Amino acid sequence: MTLRIKQDHVRFKDIVRGKIKQNLKKYVQKGELIGKRGKDVISIPVPSIDLPHFRFNDKQQGGVGQGEGEPGQPLNQGDPQDGSGKAGDQGGEHSLEVEVTLDELAQMLGEELHLPRIEPRGKHKLVAEKTRYVGVAPQGPESLRHFKRTYKQALKRTLAMGTYDPLNPRIVPIREDKRFRTWRIQTRPESNAVIIYMMDVSGSMGDEQKEIVRIESFWLDTWLRHQYDGIESRYIIHDAMAKEVDRETFFHTRESGGTMISSAYKLCAQLIEDHYPASEWNIYPFHFSDGDNWSADDTRQCIQLLKDNILPKVNMFAYGQVESPYGSGQFLKDLEENFDGDERVALSEIKDKEGIYQSIKDFLGRGK
Amino acid sequence: MSTALPPHLRDVQEEMKGHARSFGLDFFDTIFEVIGFDEMNMVASYDGFPVRYPHWKWGMQYERLAKSYEYGLSRIYELVINNDPSYAYLLESNQDVDQKLVMGHVYGHVDFFKNNFVFAHTNRKMMDEMANHATRVRKYVDRFGIDVVEAFVDRVLSIDNLIDVHSKYIVRRRAKKENDEPRAPRLRELPTDKEYMRHYINPPEYMKAQREKAEQEQRKPKRFPEETERDVLGFLMEHAPLERWQRDVLDMLREEAYYFAPQRQTKIMNEGWATYWHAKIMAEKACKPEELIDFADHHSGVVSMQGNQLNPYKLGLELFRNIEERWDKGQFGKEYDDCDDIAQRRRWDRQLGLGRQKIFEVRKFYTDVTFIDEFLTLEFVREARLFAFGFNKKRGRFEITSREFKEVKDKLLTQLTNFGQPNISVLDANHDNRGELLLRHQHDGVDLEPEYTKATLQALQAIWNRPVHVLTRSEGKGVMHGFDGKDHTERSAEYA
Repeated sequence: MTLRIKQDHVRFKDIVRGKIKQNLKKYVQKGELIGKRGKDVISIPVPSIDLPHFRFNDKQQGGVGQGEGEPGQPLNQGDPQDGSGKAGDQGGEHSLEVEVTLDELAQMLGEELHLPRIEPRGKHKLVAEKTRYVGVAPQGPESLRHFKRTYKQALKRTLAMGTYDPLNPRIVPIREDKRFRTWRIQTRPESNAVIIYMMDVSGSMGDEQKEIVRIESFWLDTWLRHQYDGIESRYIIHDAMAKEVDRETFFHTRESGGTMISSAYKLCAQLIEDHYPASEWNIYPFHFSDGDNWSADDTRQCIQLLKDNILPKVNMFAYGQVESPYGSGQFLKDLEENFDGDERVALSEIKDKEGIYQSIKDFLGRGK
Repeated sequence: MSTALPPHLRDVQEEMKGHARSFGLDFFDTIFEVIGFDEMNMVASYDGFPVRYPHWKWGMQYERLAKSYEYGLSRIYELVINNDPSYAYLLESNQDVDQKLVMGHVYGHVDFFKNNFVFAHTNRKMMDEMANHATRVRKYVDRFGIDVVEAFVDRVLSIDNLIDVHSKYIVRRRAKKENDEPRAPRLRELPTDKEYMRHYINPPEYMKAQREKAEQEQRKPKRFPEETERDVLGFLMEHAPLERWQRDVLDMLREEAYYFAPQRQTKIMNEGWATYWHAKIMAEKACKPEELIDFADHHSGVVSMQGNQLNPYKLGLELFRNIEERWDKGQFGKEYDDCDDIAQRRRWDRQLGLGRQKIFEVRKFYTDVTFIDEFLTLEFVREARLFAFGFNKKRGRFEITSREFKEVKDKLLTQLTNFGQPNISVLDANHDNRGELLLRHQHDGVDLEPEYTKATLQALQAIWNRPVHVLTRSEGKGVMHGFDGKDHTERSAEYA
């Protein structure tokens, strides 16, 4: 039975979605969303969606409460979820926390940024087989015997034959009683994708730069997850050396050494080689750095690695250059020179948090 | 799905009804229905009614309730509608002992609806009326589109607290008489019985000047409305430039606002009364020994506190019990009030046994404001550990400010006066002689929240169609907030 109120509920959700879309640019620039992640949902503060009224300034008004405590002691607001009491209503802050699924969020992002849907590579080739038990049949291998159904069948038969004795309820199944699970093989096209994040953690990458990477990677993740069923993320940090780390370490490591980008590209190529055959995976390496590389020599090596080992296997290689006061920003120019017009390479310069919005567009705007 | 009461609950209902009657409760026929949590959340989102006009705000309330039910933070046991017959909804998944408790509670509410004087003017067929409203609004939605209608409803809801809740009880204006035509101004002459002296006592040129002045006074345009109008919604309905459907919508929403106002005026009393009765009936009559633990558990849930927040169920219940005890023991009247000896006051017992009679009287003739004003005593405030709180700007938090009886009581009364809403009325509908609407906030010590004020003015402007203003005081100075359809203005003004 559908409830009458569903209409109003849908209406409300539309309004909320509208609000979120309106403010998406702001959300994209803020990192706060990331902390509030549930498994598949995210809660977003939406600016005042309630109906305004003439009302008192709560801070001036105060009120009456009950319980222990001396004058000067702070108020115990109790469980903030219970909004029944007036005392709990913090005036001024009138935003509403709305839960949105990541899928919905990705959709909004897509609509707002006009992102094309990604066409997975070699989709037709990637077929996953899944075995599911779908029914019960009178024949089958003994190992798949359905105990409960077999017993039921035997019970039925015993009752029907009138041999059932409630005082000695022993049921012995015979062959005709036996029931077995049957299965069906379902095939469905599956597209797997892997995102390989690489980040420069050398001394010149400050907290602000890393924050930008963190925010951007959240949105990239959100969008790509929306596009693919199964997605994996791998994280590589590098200074002069590269190593693979987990997500937590990725965003919180700070090294002080120099920078050799080639080390990361080598590791990335290795990772692809070992785990992600190009015929089965859609591969997305994203690299973030401040554009300062150790030597021109190393840069040459990077370009070689990209050309020979990475680009042929990936859907797209993305390089985001975060501006930092220490970086020369040379690397971006080098890449531009070498890969100008190459469809597989997406380059973006991110000046500050406001640049994230455009950068996401740069990376995802081509639907690869 | 049938929502009728299953047979065993029908027996419970008969039993509880009998108990309630035997205690002297006097209620409308009450029809109980059993519904699932989802429907319960829906009905609660609709403010207790099964059908309301389409609007997103119900969806918002539903979202909130559904979420908090899902997370196990709250559940609604019961809902009851002020209607004749009264309708009450029980949650399907309640245990039988809960249903019993809830029925007792409901009979308390229905007795209150029927007997408390502020409910006397409410529409007792509101169930039907609400359904009518829903149909009418839906009709307009079909004709004009949901966006247009909803936008208008939004605006009206923004100002639906600007009504005159007392208008039902007093005559605001003397009705104009038929022959109330302007008459030639009568001039006062100084009396004299000597005809020849008249010219000297009332010189003609002076009299002429007086006459002209009076005529001028009469010709001067009257301010409109002549007296300030508290029922802003009603005023707009009569005088704002509205389409016919808009006027109809405004009319409906105003009617609903007036219908709900008494419930907001008696929140503490109404909940206290219902809680008093479910506790009484259960404890003295209905509770079986095996149900005792569950009953005690759920009752204590009803009267529990969330941190320091005031719980109206608890406050109301304790005040009613306090009144009963005082009138049983005769702790009232001049002799008692004049007694300064604390020990003697505490021991005071005249064995009058007037308690029950008194609380029935109180439930009939009081609202929250008068209830607190008259029955909140120093002893009670101490006993219940009530305190006043305020915002400490320096530390950026709400803090306990005082436990002094007078301050606590004053705070509580201000919080309840005009159900905690600012007192705002129409001062001038032809402000500056340009058809602009000027409202006036009766400042009683607390400023208006400026952001909300701006947003509300926008809603009001969209209805009035000309610039709108509200005169108030902020941080001790008179200030006029305005909105002309494009820009907000704020300028200092004389606040008298």
